[in-house]
Amino acid sequence: MVTQSLPAEKDRIIVPGPAGFMPPSAAQLGVSLPPAGIGITYGHHLPEDLAIEEIARQMLTKPNATIFPGPMVLWAWNDHAVEKAQAVLEIAAQIPNVLIIPMPDYRPKYPKVDPEEVINPNHPNLTIWGNKIEACIFVGVHCHYANLTLKMIRAGTNCCTAALCAEQGHEDAMLSVHDMDAAKLRKVAKIFKRVREEMGIALPADGRNVRYTGLQSRVNGNETHTNPFSFKPGPPPAGVQMVPEGQMPH
Amino acid sequence: MSNPLEPDVKTNPQGDPISTLEPEQKTNPQGDPITSAAPIKVGGGSKDPHEAAKKQRVVTPEYMFFEAPRKREFITGSEAAKEAVRRSNVDFSVAYPITPQSETMQLIGVLYGEGYVKEYYRGEEEYGVMSAIAGGSRAGVRCFTATAGPGTLRGLEPIASWPGHRLPAVAMFTCRVVNAPLAIQPDNIEVSYLLNCGMIVFHAENQQDLFDFIMKGFIIGEQNDVTLPVGVACDGFFVTHARNYVDMQEKGIKLPPRQAWKGAVPVLDAENPPARLSRDAPVQKSNFMAYNIHAVWQQEVWAAVERSRRYIDKYMGGMLTAENVEGAEAVIVASGSACAQSREAVRLCKEQGLNVGLIKIRSLRPFPTAELRKLLTKTKLVVIPEFNYVAWLAKDVAAAVYGYSNAKIIAGPHVYGGMSMPVEMIVDEVVGGLTGKKSIAVPDSAIMGRDVNQADVAHFMQNI
Repeated sequence: MVTQSLPAEKDRIIVPGPAGFMPPSAAQLGVSLPPAGIGITYGHHLPEDLAIEEIARQMLTKPNATIFPGPMVLWAWNDHAVEKAQAVLEIAAQIPNVLIIPMPDYRPKYPKVDPEEVINPNHPNLTIWGNKIEACIFVGVHCHYANLTLKMIRAGTNCCTAALCAEQGHEDAMLSVHDMDAAKLRKVAKIFKRVREEMGIALPADGRNVRYTGLQSRVNGNETHTNPFSFKPGPPPAGVQMVPEGQMPH
Repeated sequence: MSNPLEPDVKTNPQGDPISTLEPEQKTNPQGDPITSAAPIKVGGGSKDPHEAAKKQRVVTPEYMFFEAPRKREFITGSEAAKEAVRRSNVDFSVAYPITPQSETMQLIGVLYGEGYVKEYYRGEEEYGVMSAIAGGSRAGVRCFTATAGPGTLRGLEPIASWPGHRLPAVAMFTCRVVNAPLAIQPDNIEVSYLLNCGMIVFHAENQQDLFDFIMKGFIIGEQNDVTLPVGVACDGFFVTHARNYVDMQEKGIKLPPRQAWKGAVPVLDAENPPARLSRDAPVQKSNFMAYNIHAVWQQEVWAAVERSRRYIDKYMGGMLTAENVEGAEAVIVASGSACAQSREAVRLCKEQGLNVGLIKIRSLRPFPTAELRKLLTKTKLVVIPEFNYVAWLAKDVAAAVYGYSNAKIIAGPHVYGGMSMPVEMIVDEVVGGLTGKKSIAVPDSAIMGRDVNQADVAHFMQNI
């Protein structure tokens, strides 16, 4: 059933944790994936734009809000991936002091993990704890690994999770919207801008609103912040062939 | 040294001379002649054996399942499986022969020869077969295999790993005896092992079900939010070797190909080493994995099983069918071939003036728990006939309706090891269940729910 407003606190099913040692999955709790145009807010179906507004409110108000880009927007698989990556940066540009921490692949990191710099589906809770992240967005992560990550974060942390999914969405995220192509990601950025302005939250005048992690700062001359538009995803290096649209990750 | 006056005589691998009339024969790596793909000579010319396959048109699943005109044919279950694979755009098929599956996979070999299946070979045994299916699916192609009884059990380790690796494929299980004394006869106890793997499991009553479930299994299992293997079980011989009417679409159309790049996991990247066969991440006790990685992974597998419900509803019309359940004095719940016997039992009961309903369960995983709770709320008697000893269906039904129905549940009658199930056995249980007459085929310990005489059960258990 689709509701037209955020569920009351007492009715919320999937909420920031820690939910406990071994909480049931959202699917076991009866949360289902919604049809096109509908998002999920705290386990309930809600029109997509309202769900996006709630993601914006959480990302604009919670400490250490972070965007976690996954392999499908982090690597230039094809032109569409590049376009989506640029749209993700447009979203980042609307969140003051936002962190961007990549999930470049899904392999366990051995023998040393640096969870404050890179998030990994095998121990995402460490990244949340290490950076004291209380709101985050996952985008460009394959659904299986996104679901593992979301479950683990809900079990062990107090972080409010959101998923911008290219497929059917994620029940285990507190907030989820789906069918995300580049155009829809740009729409998300526009809604973020509107919500931010309605809340009276200003961006830095120089546009340097993305906060570096420790390592990012060290490799960027100890700068603390950057303008997300200063990062220009470009064409692949010479000799690397871009595969045609539709043959590689979406 | 060769004599220049005598031309070199070409010989085959066995040393026999190859006459000029004999075309050079291609062989596979084992040295066996390749015949299936060889051009067929017609009137001195050659005809491409793949010609018809090449002309197949891709249609949407919706058109294929709901709109395409169908023609009725009288065929065996093995032939129905073959025809389903022909229309399913299958890339890869591998199997090891075992009764009663052998004919099915032989026919898939014919499809390979005709070009409808792109790759096909006989595995060394079922462990290798199911591992090969894992590799094929991991690489992103559409896979089909079939096995039976001991083959299912031999391949169970890789089969049980398919769901966790998120590997869509369709495996057909033509159920037969697995336990000692070994027999090739029908018995569907192997289904009980499959139920807990995390895969989707359908149970076909007849040849038509087999045809439809295989095709729909590909589409359901390959949905992004599902990304799971599908097992299509049927009762060996009763379905595989017997003929029945099957309504089928024309041969000239096929399902869209698998779009693995849209799956819930990345496909195996064989172009960029190191290619890892194990899905990230193999879980060991270590300091670089969270304590609950395996737990959330398994939760995710079963969440995917849950998500398949809406596609089963969409493409199969639901996980069960219910006939005459509303207001019935008793309801028979069955799956597979037992449905056919039960339908006849319903007719015989009607002749005796008894109003009996039938619920046919088509999807065992996911299990239609909510549907059964709704349908059996007011039912007084449930009879569950099965072709196995252990009553896996009765246990699932009883667990589903516990607390939601006051029905007396009779886990029986059962036959196994190749016995047929006389319809009268089912009728006896219905009549006995309604009148209180003691059953000669079902022990008191197999009766659950209300009206159970605990003293009788205790007496039975003490004297078993």
